[in-house]
Formats: sequence, structure tokens, C-alpha cells
Amino acid sequence: MEKFEDKVRITGIGISEVGRRLMRDPVELAIDACMSAMADAGLERGDIDGLSAHPGPQTADGYSGAGVSAVEEILRVQPKWFNSSHETPGHTGAFVAAALAVAAGLCRHALVFRCTWETTAPALARDPRYNVGQSAPGRAVSGEIQSWRIPFGAYSAGNWIGMAATRHFHLYGTKREHLGAIALNARRNAALNPNAIYRDPLTMDDYLNARMISTPFGLYDCDTPCDGAVAVIVSHRDAAKDTRRPDPLRLEAAGTQVTERWSWDQGVLDHEVMLAGPAKSLWERTDLKPKDVDVAELYDGFTFNCLSWIEALGFCKRGEGGPFVEGGTRIARDGELPLNTHGGQLSGGRLQGFSFLHEACIQLWGEGGARQVPNRPQVACVSSGGGTPGGALLLARP
Amino acid sequence: MTDTALRPFPAITPQNEFFWTAGAEGKLRFKRCRACCTYLHPPPPVCPECLSKDISVEDVSGAATVAAFTINHHQWRPAFPPPYVIAIVEIAEAPYVRLTTQIVGCAPEAVSIGMTVQVRFEQVGPAWLPLFAPRED
Repeated sequence: MEKFEDKVRITGIGISEVGRRLMRDPVELAIDACMSAMADAGLERGDIDGLSAHPGPQTADGYSGAGVSAVEEILRVQPKWFNSSHETPGHTGAFVAAALAVAAGLCRHALVFRCTWETTAPALARDPRYNVGQSAPGRAVSGEIQSWRIPFGAYSAGNWIGMAATRHFHLYGTKREHLGAIALNARRNAALNPNAIYRDPLTMDDYLNARMISTPFGLYDCDTPCDGAVAVIVSHRDAAKDTRRPDPLRLEAAGTQVTERWSWDQGVLDHEVMLAGPAKSLWERTDLKPKDVDVAELYDGFTFNCLSWIEALGFCKRGEGGPFVEGGTRIARDGELPLNTHGGQLSGGRLQGFSFLHEACIQLWGEGGARQVPNRPQVACVSSGGGTPGGALLLARP
Repeated sequence: MTDTALRPFPAITPQNEFFWTAGAEGKLRFKRCRACCTYLHPPPPVCPECLSKDISVEDVSGAATVAAFTINHHQWRPAFPPPYVIAIVEIAEAPYVRLTTQIVGCAPEAVSIGMTVQVRFEQVGPAWLPLFAPRED
């Protein structure tokens, strides 16, 4: 039986300027990424008939820089279908929704984008000239996630995921040097990505001696907030011939399931939560196996998230992620499983899950320049999120 | 934990009031399904196990086991001077029920996975927060 994935192609990608405290209108960043993706595909505004974004309208904390409404107000594509929400299978759930809509015939070329302004928004909020951004927070904490954590000083996902990492260390003998191998690999790759935030060399001593944030996480286990936007165009395979790309990429499989408690503490305790489901459903929708993956772009909001994904996706057994990445050889650009070839979010910047999708396309199209992995990869694995929950994608050359 | 005058507290709702105020009586209590006896947390309106709406509130002993923890070294807010230990504890009567909490009453370095702990309450605003300290036994 034909899968919905078979009916769609990726025909263009775009990315805006990426940086810290750019002090630019985030909607402009979103438009830059969208226009860049359209130019890449050779499509005009009139060709785009679908819009999809994560995680919804602009927020004052910077998490969302632009939603569908803000982009449509400028691009005026009159979308036949659109979608913009937060409760999706990972950040790239917006991409899966677009692929479903295209496959179902609701639209032919869907523009999918993600914009963040997490460094400019707080800077504006601190600026007395403007009456924008965060008002003084009240003491009463609402919300299913926050109200059970923040009163105990557990403010950050780094605290919540740090607990899982501590348990992983306890159960399997994982060490900080293992997580460090992921951070160092990201930095080595970021050095070759002109768009990355942190490009200076990072040594294991630097990693181990950095100040602790929340054990076992030190500073370099944490990704870095930034401003920027990414856009991807999903076209019907019959419409892909109208684009500039002679070799549009296939979506081999999408992993979208939730199999765990939708919770940070009532379910899995030794992994980032809610990534086993997407991994399981990804492999159920393809005949390919983990050994067929040529390049992996796996979510690394913290180093341990990436280690969790490596295990959940079956690149190694549960608990063996530490030895798998030890020394960094296997995950290097010329290794068995090249990992986060753009620098991930750790060194590249927290583009909220979408930089992994963008980079997978770059690598499959052979456009990585200095950071291109050798032997032209045919299959790329992408993951985003976890906890919110997560999502996984398998992309392939035609 | 110090500086309780500055610290955030959970918004009290009709659904969670029984939990956050039980500490005034020194009790830790959870919702429990009368039909299938499953302890339920966070408190739901319907039992996810059997879909019964016949749900009671029951006291537990306050004993728990540390399942995961992190020593937080970063100062997120002035009201929480680091270091302090954030943990997930498993409730003795129902280890599938967990609380994200703080471990107090010992040095951060003394906390370990598997350690048995006992609840103690600290009032912040209208809420009595269940914290946990090492058990004497």
C-alpha cells in the first residue's frame, strides 16, 4: 500500500540570518527564510498554497517569532490549507502536517517554517524604552508542566532532563565524557558552518571544567538560544516537477506516536521523555533499518537528549549510548554515523528543532561545502523535541 | 529552601487544592480510584485505568524513594540560591506515582538514587510544598 510519505517531496529549503540579539523584527526573519526557500525551489508566491508553522503565533518570551497569521499578512499566498500549533509530534510536526495535507490533496506546495527570537525578545523586555515583553511574573504558577515543578526551583528543562541523565549514569555507567563527546562533535562541525553561533575550538578540558548548571549538565551540555528562522517547502510529487530542484527529496517515513505518559516525571525516568513513540512508529513505516542511515541530525537541546535519541532510534541498545559516542570517532563527519553536521543546537543555535531538518536536506543534496559528509549520503534521520513531545523523520534521495 | 516570602507557589485550583493544602495537617495525600484502587497523579477527573469517576482522596505515609535527581548549580531566580537538589521521588505505597520535589536535610552530595526519604512540608503562600528529607531508619 502506498504511504502518504510517498506522495510528497521536499523541493526547497531556506534559512535566515542566525545570531544572538540580532534586534531584528522576527517576522522579517521568518519572511527571509520563506523567501529563501521559495527561491531555492524556484517557486513564486502564487505557487504556494499551504502554510504550516510551529508553535503558533508570536510570543513575548521569544519562543515563537512568527506564526502563520503574521507570515500570511505579508506573503498573501491565500493558503488553501494552513496549520500552526504546539501540541505536535516534535517541532517538525508542522512538517508532517504539511506532508499529510499535500498528500491528501488539500494543497500542492506547502511552506513550512519555524522562527525564534529568544535572544532579542528578552533584550527588548529589559529595555525601558519599550512596553513589550515579559511583565513582572506573579508568584502563582499555573500550567500542567510548570505548576508541579517551578515551586521546587525546577525552572529549566535542564533540571528535568538532568534528573534523567543522572539516572542513566546510575543504571548504565554513562560518564560526563560521553556527553562531552557529543558537545565536542557539535563544535567541530559548527566550526565549518558559517551560520553557527559558536565556532571556536572546544576541548574536553574546556567541557569538563565549565561551570555546572544542573548535574550532570555543565554549560556546554546546554544549547544556546538565538534568533533565526528556517523554512522548508513540501510539494506533491506531481508538482515537484514545477520546481527548480531536479532531485527533490523523498520523505521515507514520519514517526509521530506517543507511547509514554505525557509527563516529565510519571513515565520514563532514564531517557528524555516521549521520544520512544516517534522512534517506534518511524521504523514501522519503512523497510529501512538504523544501519541504512548515512547521516543523523538528532535534537540536542541538551547533550543527553541526543544520546537518548541515539538509543531510542536503535542506533545502539538502550544504555549503550555512552560507549557508542565515546571518543567521538563514530559520530564524526567521516565516521559510521555522522551526527549533527551543522553543529546542532549546542553550537549552531537553538532554531527549535528545524535546523536538523534543514541540515539533513543540505547533506542529502550534497551542498554542505566544508562540512559535507563524504560518500554522498542517501538516507538521513532527523529528530526534534522530546518532552513536548518528540518527532522523527527519515529523508532519502530519490 | 529559604526566602519563602519570594518564592513562587502553585496556583491553587478546585482540582489540586486537596494536594497543596494537605501539608497543613502534615499529610501527603493523593487521589485514588475507588473502582480499581489505582493512585492517580497529577489529579485527573476520570481514572485513566478504568475510566471510573468514583475517585477518593487518601493519605499515604509520606515515605518515598529517590528515583532520579540533579544538583542544581545555576541561580534561575533570587529566591532559589544554589546549590539545591531537585529530585523525582517514588511514593512508597505506589512507586508509579512520582513527585518532582527537593531533597532537604542533608548535603547535596549525600543524595543518591535509591535513598529512602520522608516528606516534610514547607508553606509558601497558600501551598504546603511536600519536600523530602533522608529517613532516620
